[in-house]
Amino acid sequence: MSKKPTFKEATPPAATDHAQAPVNARLSPEERIELFRKMVRIRRFEERSLRAYQAKKIGGFLHLYIGQEAVAVGCCSLMGPNDHVITAYRDHGHAIAVGMDTKPLMAELFGKATGCSKGKGGSMHYFDPSRNFWGGHGIVGGQIPLGAGLAYGLKYKGLKGAAMAFMGDGAVNQGAVHEAYNLASLWNLPVVFVIENNGYSMGTSQSRSSAGELAQRAAGYDMQWGQCSGHDVYEVRAMMDKFLTLARETGKPSTVEIDTYRYRGHSVADPDNTYRSKQEIEEYRRTRDPIQLFQVKLLAEGVLTPALAEQIDTEARAEADGAADFSEASPFPTPADIQADVYWEADNPADRRSQGRLFFT
Amino acid sequence: MPVISYREAIRHALAEELERDSNVVVMGEEVAQFNGAYKVTEGLLARFGPQRIVDTPISEAGFIGVGIGASMLGIRPVMELMFWSFYSVAFDQILNNAANVRYMSGGQIHCPIVIRGPANGGTNVGATHSHTPENVLANHPGVKVVVPSTPADAKGLLKSAIRDNDPVFFLENTMLYGEKGEVPAGEHVVPLGLADVKRAGTDLTIITYGRSVLHSLAAAAVLEREQKISAEVLDLRTIRPLDFDSVLKSVAKTHRVLIVEEQKPFASVGSQLAYMIQREAFDELDGPIHRLATVDAPAIYSPPVEVEQLPNPRRVLQAALETLA
Ligand SMILES: Cc1ncc(C[n+]2csc(CCOP(=O)(O)OP(=O)(O)O)c2C)c(N)n1
Ligand SMILES: [Mg+2]
Repeated sequence: MSKKPTFKEATPPAATDHAQAPVNARLSPEERIELFRKMVRIRRFEERSLRAYQAKKIGGFLHLYIGQEAVAVGCCSLMGPNDHVITAYRDHGHAIAVGMDTKPLMAELFGKATGCSKGKGGSMHYFDPSRNFWGGHGIVGGQIPLGAGLAYGLKYKGLKGAAMAFMGDGAVNQGAVHEAYNLASLWNLPVVFVIENNGYSMGTSQSRSSAGELAQRAAGYDMQWGQCSGHDVYEVRAMMDKFLTLARETGKPSTVEIDTYRYRGHSVADPDNTYRSKQEIEEYRRTRDPIQLFQVKLLAEGVLTPALAEQIDTEARAEADGAADFSEASPFPTPADIQADVYWEADNPADRRSQGRLFFT
Repeated sequence: MPVISYREAIRHALAEELERDSNVVVMGEEVAQFNGAYKVTEGLLARFGPQRIVDTPISEAGFIGVGIGASMLGIRPVMELMFWSFYSVAFDQILNNAANVRYMSGGQIHCPIVIRGPANGGTNVGATHSHTPENVLANHPGVKVVVPSTPADAKGLLKSAIRDNDPVFFLENTMLYGEKGEVPAGEHVVPLGLADVKRAGTDLTIITYGRSVLHSLAAAAVLEREQKISAEVLDLRTIRPLDFDSVLKSVAKTHRVLIVEEQKPFASVGSQLAYMIQREAFDELDGPIHRLATVDAPAIYSPPVEVEQLPNPRRVLQAALETLA
């Protein structure tokens, strides 16, 4: 079963055009290297977390972002102070892309009190409101109305910004997504709905789960939409810049479908042997790896040297190992922590206004 | 008798009912080509084909609603929720449509649908994936709620559920899928609404269901060995209809009651039981009814802490001793 109907195969090398898009042309060499570094850091973090999972340091689900790095990095690199991000459970890439420190991210996977959610949320539920990152959500499609709500908040407060609401190609079939589309368009909410189309929802290819094309559904809600390749970080930035600007300047929502690919199974538990071929995965790795492609570009631009690329990789591996060591050394929460962070009032007893019992046995 | 896993027991029930009744259809996310997220439906596509074993998009409200509509025409859909936690996406379909249509039509329409899937904590999947909604479901007259604890019960109860003419919600447990037990081959039907004494005892009745039955049996063994206390473990198996006669019988024998449930305490199955026992068997009680539930908070991820949030043999043992104190 091949990935999906081929509406837009990745454009071969001529895609260097996107480097000329103003949003990319004005990038300094340091900024370009930072884009590259972030992608490498995500990949090494993910690989390290996989090893920790295999060593039974991590419970539950682990959905890896390997192969999709250019999407989160490209999108989040465009964020201004009033731009916000929300995504699904495959959230490690976005968390690193918005600038979260990898130590608390890894510690969260280990279920430690030093984790970004104090060990309460796990892999699927990363959050950092201080970086305008609103999760990390486990229910497919459930985060999309929240993304529209972030946009509503921006508009209400008169702030010039946009929300990016990420979802997978499987999530587009949830009713909540369609309700959010309509509300956003009807009310002119500055949100970009981003479909990270990696071709599969668990073991189901796009052609077996979705009628018609995905981004195009936005047209039914009178929304603008676009499609682009997510293997080229410049292309992602060029496309997203257009729609983020539209949102910030006019308040108009849009839907952007970004073609990407995950190399690993849906989660670490997926044997990945029923729905795609090894050749397909290898083909993507060989020809469309976002890190490889960008490395080649930066080398050609003279921005990156092989030595620097090597150094960035070494540092990223060391960072991931350091995050794992930090996590290993950190304490677990205690049973007494189970009932903290449930109610604002219970955690702020001095300011409590309600009366009566909050908890039951 | 063959010894098979809980997972296989459910698969056998599905296969036998698919074989028996051509109106039975299995539907859900990843049930066919992927062989089931938890491999419960493994091999069914190959055996029964895509007409009967149907993969759906991730559209719980949509496909559950489709199943309910089809059941009104006499199809017997057995819908898989990858996790019962996702029932909230389809809440309106399940608890407005399936639960009410018979009543609102004055009995003209019925919904022979089964919705099944795992509902449990213990696998560190966090608050969104660890709901145990048997109390919420059972709060709705018109529906039936089943929570099997053993492979034999899983098979026998699922067969009854599929043959039932009302909507039946069947709550499995990912922690039990690999548990093995003796299961009769072929026709083995356990009626809905019949509790089962999983261990006879005289000093204390532990009323429980689902995976908590296993914890309670483990604790009862320790009580016997270390404290010479004889605990009876009564497995409800079905939450609605509820076999309250068996509860009364056991209470009349032991006069002490501990309820163990993997439920948030507020308005839980145990709350209902405790009310009924004090109302109908007050004079039989030698002490207050105790209850061990999940610690009252959303499900924590942290693996070693989640164990302490849920009922476990150590917590059951402690609660049993407190009940007898
Ligand atoms: C409401 C709901 N239904 C089902 C699931 C189980 N589930 C988790 S991820 C997933 C596949 C989603 O695929 P897609 O939207 O393409 O995102 P991807 O995993 O490819 O990033 C499924 C079925 C869930 N978490 N929530
Ligand atoms: Mg996908």
